Amino acid sequence: MREQIRQLEQRMQQAEANSAQPAEHDHAGSGDNAFNPAMSLILSGTYSRLTQDSAIPSTGFAMSPNNHGYSRSFSLQESELGISANIDPQFRGVATIALAPEGGSSVENAFVQTTALGNGLNLKMGRFFSGLGYLNEQHAHAWDFVDQPLVYRTFWDNQLGDDGVQLKWLAPSDTFIELGAEIGRGRGYPGSDRQDSNGAGATTLFAHIGDDIGASSSWRAGLSLQQTQRVNAVSNNVPDLPGTAGGVSNSFSGDSKTYGLDFVWKYAPNGNTSVTSFKLQGEYFQRREDGRLSYDIAATNTTDSYSVTQSGWYVQGVYQFMPRWRAGLRYDQLGSGTAQVGALNSANVISNYAYTPTRSTLMFDFNPSEFSRLRLQLAQDKSREGLTDNHIFLQYVMSLGAHGAHQF
Amino acid sequence: MQKILFIFLLLLGSNAHAALSIFACEPEWAALAQELAGDKASIYAATNALQDPHHVEARPSLIARARRAQLVVCTGAELEIGWLPVILREAGNPDIGTGKPGNFEAARYVHMLELPSRLDRAEGDVHAAGNPHIQLDARNYPPVAQALSSRLAELDPANAAFYSARLKSFNGTWQAAITRWEALAAPLKGQPVLVQHRAYPYLANWLGLKQVGELEAKPGMEPSAAHLSQVLSGLQQQPARMVLRAAYQDGKPSEWIAQRAHVNAVTLPFSVGGTDAAKDLYSLFDDTIARLLGGLK
Repeated sequence: MREQIRQLEQRMQQAEANSAQPAEHDHAGSGDNAFNPAMSLILSGTYSRLTQDSAIPSTGFAMSPNNHGYSRSFSLQESELGISANIDPQFRGVATIALAPEGGSSVENAFVQTTALGNGLNLKMGRFFSGLGYLNEQHAHAWDFVDQPLVYRTFWDNQLGDDGVQLKWLAPSDTFIELGAEIGRGRGYPGSDRQDSNGAGATTLFAHIGDDIGASSSWRAGLSLQQTQRVNAVSNNVPDLPGTAGGVSNSFSGDSKTYGLDFVWKYAPNGNTSVTSFKLQGEYFQRREDGRLSYDIAATNTTDSYSVTQSGWYVQGVYQFMPRWRAGLRYDQLGSGTAQVGALNSANVISNYAYTPTRSTLMFDFNPSEFSRLRLQLAQDKSREGLTDNHIFLQYVMSLGAHGAHQF
Repeated sequence: MQKILFIFLLLLGSNAHAALSIFACEPEWAALAQELAGDKASIYAATNALQDPHHVEARPSLIARARRAQLVVCTGAELEIGWLPVILREAGNPDIGTGKPGNFEAARYVHMLELPSRLDRAEGDVHAAGNPHIQLDARNYPPVAQALSSRLAELDPANAAFYSARLKSFNGTWQAAITRWEALAAPLKGQPVLVQHRAYPYLANWLGLKQVGELEAKPGMEPSAAHLSQVLSGLQQQPARMVLRAAYQDGKPSEWIAQRAHVNAVTLPFSVGGTDAAKDLYSLFDDTIARLLGGLK
């Protein structure tokens, strides 16, 4: 009898357990999990009013890139087509194709990354924006200003992207500690693409640390090191000591070592960004280039040693003062340093420009929704000696398609 | 040197401590996990009730916490689409990836409301899987609790009996509480309300509130002055008793309407911790109903 009751009880428990299996509703076909990849398109355009010719580089940086990304009057910005999806249980793929307004397209990012390595490891292969600094990985549509800080324009040609491999490791601690290493071809400035070498053309190391301070603040700080070589890199229109009209063409080959510091601090009351929030960020980079410079390659072509340490930094704050409205302020500065010029070129190459390029920028933007942004930007650019440039920009940046998630 | 090595080993080894490590996207799921797992889990709530769960920064601290989590408990239905994917990707923890046992989405276990017939951003921030604010209907908790409890048992089989017992006792007290809340909330049946954000279909469906207008012209779009005036003139045809907003939302639009239409502006906790009184799941509903009843006065 007892046995029977026990069995009955057991059966009842089993039945209960079976009925306890909750019904699961499937939403397959929605979200990024559908077999179709997530697709998005960024549309952006500007109206610009500039008082100086924007092709003139910052004083002391004639041998650095000056790809400012804007021109006078109305212009379409790059349209950015993004496609991403999981490839299989191990890999995810991402491609960002930039459609240039003048026609043609370029592969901005095209990489695969692991999703199943575990232990805090993430491996990326392909073409990607380097993890150095804070702004480098952010796509143009996420920038808080129309253009990049001067230090990014001159030190990284706006953004360092390379073909290579990146390995990141996240420490198993409550404080965010991330270490990363990249090796790559070195195709992006300050490297130069060399097709005759089998080795890695560039290496990058970075470390990030971050945490919260209470519910209202969070921060991240970072340290980066990048090392590469430039080979026969030609720069045109470089001013010289004899004062050649229109400058000369120089060629540089040598090593480039850059280190950088970055921080970002975000504040919102109770971490609630729906009404007000504030973001403060700053970065500093210092680069040492050491090699041989050929002066005026079209004529005298005099080659001797050349080395210089240059630096740059910016600090910016963006304040959301009411829902949908933000204002931002940025200050930029560059230091062109004093070059050590070999004796053969000491009468040719300018070693010290004795000028500090600076720029101050003010921004307002209005965000009708999280997918659209309208911006007014005013800047006073004193990056070129004697040529104060006043900028007015009107810009729209909008995204359609898949709902992207933004990084911190 | 030895000290550094020791700290490093401690960091690496801290994964091994006994409690199940749970990362809850919203405070209501942290509270539910607490009810079901007791001291067998260490629970981290990624957001608080004063934050808009649609717009959360993918903070470094969240990535660090997700790195060692064994179970992520979220609403799903795309509520966290703006931040959770970054965290899951950067954490380097495949156990909590979408579709893995360590990834739990509550919205999969309840009957979803407001499934859009048309997916178009011109309609604002609509979610393909339906309205994700499922936590305000108390009747949604038992199915979620059942699923979550079996997930806990799957991940931590050694404590399966414990979880099953906790579930049983939770279900008992919760059913009694639902009966109590429904009796208390009887006067709310059929009452017309305005809402600031389209966040209350589950609450309205449960308690019989009748939503007559929204302050956001489209879901997720901040209320504009033009739309507010439209809502205000609409109230002459279709009066409302109160205007509802979540604790994390800007109070200005609700107060603007409340003053002009002479209705009560009611701030609801929306989740555990949204008001001082809403300390756990039970007091969340106690306080929500008390505030709604207060809105009738």
